[in-house]
Amino acid sequence: MIAFENVRKEYPGGTLAVQDFSLEIASHESLVLVGSSGSGKTTLMRMVNRMVEPTAGRVLIDGDDVAALDPVQLRRSIGYVMQASGLLPHRTVLDNITTVPVLRGTAKREARERAHDLMETVGLDPALASRYPSQLSGGQQQRVGVARGLAADPNILLMDEPFGAVDPIVRSELQRELQRLQHELRKTIVFVTHDIDEAFLLGDRVVILRPGGIIAQVGTPQEILAAPADDFVASFVGADRGARTLHVERVDGRDVVVDADGRAAGVLAGERPS
Amino acid sequence: MNDSPFVESLRWLAEPSRWSGPAGIPLRTLEHLGYTALGILLAALLAIPLGLAVGHTGRFKGLVVATAGAARALPTLGLVTLFALLMGIGLTAPLLSFVILAIPSLLAGAYSAVESADRATVDAARAQGMTELQVLTRVELPLGMPLLIGGVRGATVQVVATAMLAAYVGNGGLGRYIFQGLGSQNYPQMIAGSLLVIALALVLDLALLLIQRLSTPRGLRAA
Repeated sequence: MIAFENVRKEYPGGTLAVQDFSLEIASHESLVLVGSSGSGKTTLMRMVNRMVEPTAGRVLIDGDDVAALDPVQLRRSIGYVMQASGLLPHRTVLDNITTVPVLRGTAKREARERAHDLMETVGLDPALASRYPSQLSGGQQQRVGVARGLAADPNILLMDEPFGAVDPIVRSELQRELQRLQHELRKTIVFVTHDIDEAFLLGDRVVILRPGGIIAQVGTPQEILAAPADDFVASFVGADRGARTLHVERVDGRDVVVDADGRAAGVLAGERPS
Repeated sequence: MNDSPFVESLRWLAEPSRWSGPAGIPLRTLEHLGYTALGILLAALLAIPLGLAVGHTGRFKGLVVATAGAARALPTLGLVTLFALLMGIGLTAPLLSFVILAIPSLLAGAYSAVESADRATVDAARAQGMTELQVLTRVELPLGMPLLIGGVRGATVQVVATAMLAAYVGNGGLGRYIFQGLGSQNYPQMIAGSLLVIALALVLDLALLLIQRLSTPRGLRAA
């Protein structure tokens, strides 16, 4: 379990990134922080592995204040997947994946064997093991990034807009893979994005942030769609534009779901609710 | 008819007796290389760790850049003379001057090498749990190695070209031919000595250029 207790982050220049944020994230939960730039979402996520130190308040992992833990050991125990992969360009795919296990003192051979398994898990051709990041496509690089994040088998996985830099088709492929992975692995995931559709797709719960790390609404995607807390949330999720308002039209004896602009979104399964 | 001093100097170089013995060209060249290597080594021991620290932490950068810039402006002949007056004839005075001459290039090479690493890559390395020393030695240094070697290359060429000043205060090296020639108005010998220094500088420059090329990490060359 991860707990934020009244955390605040103020930068020396006087910029207030996060005002006062409290939240509990359950173990094995996938929580998505979503907001526009300046919402403090990345700042909050980076407090978990002490890449950012709060100015006030505490972050607890299973009851332990992270401020009391050695930052290097803490970071090695938490998976971190970042935007544009952040891979080491001078190391091969295999060496990138084994970074953390090797830092933790795992024997090289053991780490490499596990890395090969992980490459399969994240859907990478094992033949890519000896390639360098620059020889991979953006989507492949992100998969390597995910494999690296998982290499030390951490309980917690931090993901900072990991699919932000790839094209939409690859992005939805990676999102589906992450769903499948999470179904198998049940990690505690803190995922940061500015894309509300991605947030609803991947989050067990979603936190919509206003500028300054202020929580506009927390809840499951269903709860947020059913009852947006205010106009800000409604506008953020697109409810105000009718983008989320679907209705059913009868076509050739089947129920077709259509959005506010009349574009077909899908076919209704089962009985039409009356 | 008298040949030009330039042709005379080539004749001087072609004389087989010059290429052996304690005052011969091979030994003088070795002495010259020795002074250069010693100067670069001592300067590197000081400047490279300092440059790496400045590049990694970003602290005292302004101070170091300004000091290195000022050191570049010092006339080496003046330094050798001054140090020789203070410390007497011998190797200490010229060596100290070579160290001062080499430091700015080495310092600039070292801190720019570290600074050149992509900040996102460095941030990722730290977020994976690398210690600051590991970030430096496993990420910043390998990625910046060509720039570091570039600094060594610049310093080496400067020092090898200046190392003839060692002979000005009674030492060996290729400078002996130049200062002996100057004393006895033997201009062909002076030119020959200069040609040898120029050739040595060019050879070292090319050798270090090759090393610089080879030091580019494979993953970056593949791009």
